[in-house]
Parts: sequence; structure tokens; C-alpha cells
Amino acid sequence: MNIDTIRSHFPILKKLIHKHPLVYLDNAATTQKPQCVLDALEDYYCEINANIHRGVYYLSEKSTQAFEKARCIVQRFINAQHPQECIFVKSTTEAINLVARSFGDQFIKENDEILISAMEHHSNIVPWQMICQNKGAHLKIIPMNTKGELSIDTLSQYFSKKTKLLAITHVSNVLGTLNPLRDIIKEAHAHNIPVLVDGAQSAPHLKVDVQDLDCDFFTFSGHKIYGPTGIGILYGKAHWLKAMPPYQGGGEMILQVTFEKTTYKEIPFKFEAGTPAIAEAIALSSALEYLNALGWDYITTHERDLLDYAIDALSLVPGLKIIGTPQERIGVISFTMDGIHPHDIGTIVDQFGVAIRTGHHCAMPIMDFFSIPATARVSFGIYNTHEEIDCLIKALQEAKLLFKL
Amino acid sequence: MNMKDLYQELIIDHGTHPRNCCVLANANGTAEGFNPLCGDKIQVYLKIENQKIENASFTGSGCAISIASASLMTEALIGKSVQEALALSHAFHAVLVNDNNNDHLNGKLTALIGVKAFPARVKCATLSWHTLRAALEHNSKTVSTEN
Repeated sequence: MNIDTIRSHFPILKKLIHKHPLVYLDNAATTQKPQCVLDALEDYYCEINANIHRGVYYLSEKSTQAFEKARCIVQRFINAQHPQECIFVKSTTEAINLVARSFGDQFIKENDEILISAMEHHSNIVPWQMICQNKGAHLKIIPMNTKGELSIDTLSQYFSKKTKLLAITHVSNVLGTLNPLRDIIKEAHAHNIPVLVDGAQSAPHLKVDVQDLDCDFFTFSGHKIYGPTGIGILYGKAHWLKAMPPYQGGGEMILQVTFEKTTYKEIPFKFEAGTPAIAEAIALSSALEYLNALGWDYITTHERDLLDYAIDALSLVPGLKIIGTPQERIGVISFTMDGIHPHDIGTIVDQFGVAIRTGHHCAMPIMDFFSIPATARVSFGIYNTHEEIDCLIKALQEAKLLFKL
Repeated sequence: MNMKDLYQELIIDHGTHPRNCCVLANANGTAEGFNPLCGDKIQVYLKIENQKIENASFTGSGCAISIASASLMTEALIGKSVQEALALSHAFHAVLVNDNNNDHLNGKLTALIGVKAFPARVKCATLSWHTLRAALEHNSKTVSTEN
């Protein structure tokens, strides 16, 4: 498909920001939405809105069907074995919290260890710290090198008999590092350690196959994959999900309630207490079908090309330093510039319509590792172009001029 | 509002070549300020004699706005009484945060009024002033822009 056609599917890309065409390069924070996703939200509320899994009337049946069809689309999208292994949650953060609480409650005891990596987002650090604190368990960290790669060769030394779970990101939201998860998961499984994958930054950019990865849990967010906010996915292997207690109690997740005792439904409903984000789940499935129609060949080739073009262009800017130079990487580039703080860069390029993220990117330990307070970050999506990267470079040059550099 | 209203010559000058940017060895009022949203950190040092600020300095890392604000603040503080310093800090806060009349500020500090048009950056400008108040109150805890 032609890039202009793809761009025409995203209404917001026509917007002018400070009289300049929007150049949206903050896709790792959230992506823009194609018309089909916006239509799915509107259609749901105009045509079939009703609560799911309850009513015996026409609308309730229609909305239940659409919701469960969305689950099947998610299942196929990540190649899960069963649709009931896909649980609708509100975000990656909630998915990780669900596992930390539920798996943690059931399987983590005093002096056990949970393993994470040095390049995690706060949402794959804090929930584990909380459960460690509750249980008297210990959080262990797999270190990384200055290129921003994990030390895979020495991985096994971090596994012990006390390790109960490895929680690791697929792609770093700061460095862009694509971790060699198949190898890591194989090694972890050889030590009988289940693995949770934070897929927030990978699912939008590469074909995820949870059976091929053989991960025990996989999480991703709807809004980072061209879908709405407020919806995310927790995939879990059925045997784990069945062995884990519910995370929240309420309607939708129960079989029978008396004041003495409650029995719970099977998965996935056991983990979906309360009315879920029905419209958002359906609209997320529209986003996934949109990506399927584009095809992974297009997506990965296009984004690889953008990444290479941007790294070359940024490398030519005097005083600009790219943070993290991993061999295997995906469309995220963090950088600093001599003499200009990232926040000033962010404000100045915004005046030219260029939206980038600046700050610690919810990954303060990475900032500490590189001894920097913050970075500027550009991140790409299916609709970005070379011309937009040229706009970024021009805006960066304007920032240098303003700062007399 | 134009970018050049935010990044005025004076701001760029103080932001890239800050004045009074050093540890004050004989300080008797110090505090540390932290903006958790962006990681900016500022330490403020005051030498107070008979309720008068004899000297003021700061150290820290941050964007041009936060560094320029700290630099201009220390310049404005030296020679002022503690009461005048507190009043100035309240005036600064009132203009930038509560959108009070700009006339409450004068002199070089007016260069920071442009920050008002960039709400995401207001905390950069107020960080050093939060820290000043903690230093005047001999508050040894790190103060945050978030509480």
C-alpha cells in the first residue's frame, strides 16, 4: 500500500500544529488511530450497545458476539492456542499488576526471587517490588552493557532455585533494544522458570507468536497499537491462568455467589470482573485487522527503513549523541544534545509541529545507568515518512541556532 | 505566543551561563528541590545574616528554563531581607501559576513571564523558588514540585 493512502486513513495527520503540518514521532507513548478504529467505536455505540454476557435480548447477544469475536482476533493476532488465554485488561500496566498480584499470591513465598532486566519500564519494576515487599521476596536484576544489550551469555548465573518468575521487556521503550527472547525463554524454562513478556513496544512493530516464543505470559496495550486507550491484553498459558486466583472480585467473573461462599467462572472470565471496555475491545480488534491487512512485511520493512534513515540523519547532527546502540533494535531512538536539555529540545521542535517525547520515559534506572537526567526520544509508526525525519532534523538545527550552538 | 517569547536572550544567557552556580561554603540555609516529572534537581544555598540574605547560590541540573530561573532568582535575592525574599517567591508563584497580573514582577524576572504560555514548562521555572522557600524555612528534606 502507498504511504499516502496509509496516511489518509489517520484523520489527525491532517492537523496543523503551530501552523506546521503535524509530524508525530511519539508512537512509543501512544499511536494515532485509523478511521476504521474510530468507526468501530461509533458503530458499537450507535448499533449494538448493550452489556455483554447477561441479557437474552437481541442487542446483548450482538454485543457479546462482537466482544468474543474481538477476543478471537486477538488470539489469532498473537497466535495463542485458545481464545480463553487472552484476557481483556485496561493496559499493559494492569496486565503486569494482575500477574504480580495473582501469580504472586499463589506462587511467591518469603525469600523467593523475581528476576527482571536493567532496561524495564517502571510498570515492569514497581508491581514486582510491591509483591516482593508483601511477601519478603527479592527482586534481582539482569544487567546490561553500555550498548544497551542484556548480558545473555551470563544469563544462567541469575537463575536460581529460588527464582519464581522472569519478567522482561521484548523491546526497550528507551533504547529500542530487541531482546533475544526465544533464547532467554528457553534458558529460563531449562531452569523451570516461567517468563512474562512486556510486549507494549513489540506488538505494534513485529509479528508476535506467543507459541513460537513459548512465553508464559505476554502483555500489550491497545493504544500503542493504533487502537483505543483503556484496553490491553494479558495472554497467559491456560495452565497458569487456571492455577491463579482471581485478581478482582465482582460481577461477570462469578459462577455462584452466596454470603458464605463464591465460586468463580472459568478463564478468561475469572479475570474479567465488572463490565469490561466493550467498545474499546472491539475497536482494538479493528486495529489488529487493519495491521493484518497492511501485512507484517510492509510494516517491518517500512519501519526498518525509517529507523536506518533516522539514525543516519541524527548521527550527522554535531553534538547529538544517540543513547543505546544495540545490534538488534526497533523504531525507538533516544538521544541527547550537547548544550541543550531534552525538555528545551521538545518545546522547540514542537513549535515546528514535531511531537517527540522528552524526559525519563518511565525508566529512571536506565537514565541512572547512562548517568543522564533525561533524553529526547523519537519513535516511529506505520505512517511516518523520510520527509518527517527531515522536518525533525531541521527543527533540531533551529534549536541549536536558538541556543547559539 | 512565539518560541522566542519563551527563549528570550536573557533566558538563553542565564540558562547556558548561569550566575551564582556554585556551592556556598558558609551557607546557613540550604535545600534540595526535585521535579519528579522530568528529573530536574536544584540545590539552593543561602547565607543569611540578621534576617538579610548576604549571599545566594545554586547547583543542579535541568533545562534552560529551570537553570535560568534559578540563576535569575539568586541574583534577585542577594541583599533582600528574608521577608522580601518570601514575598518575591509568592509573587513569582502568583504570576506563573495563578496567572496573577504580570506587574507583580519586575526587572529581569519578567523574562520568565513567557513561560506562562507553555503550561508543561511552568514547573521548570518554579522549581528553584519552591526550593528557596524550603531553604528559608530550614527544611532539610528534598522538596518536590508535586506536593
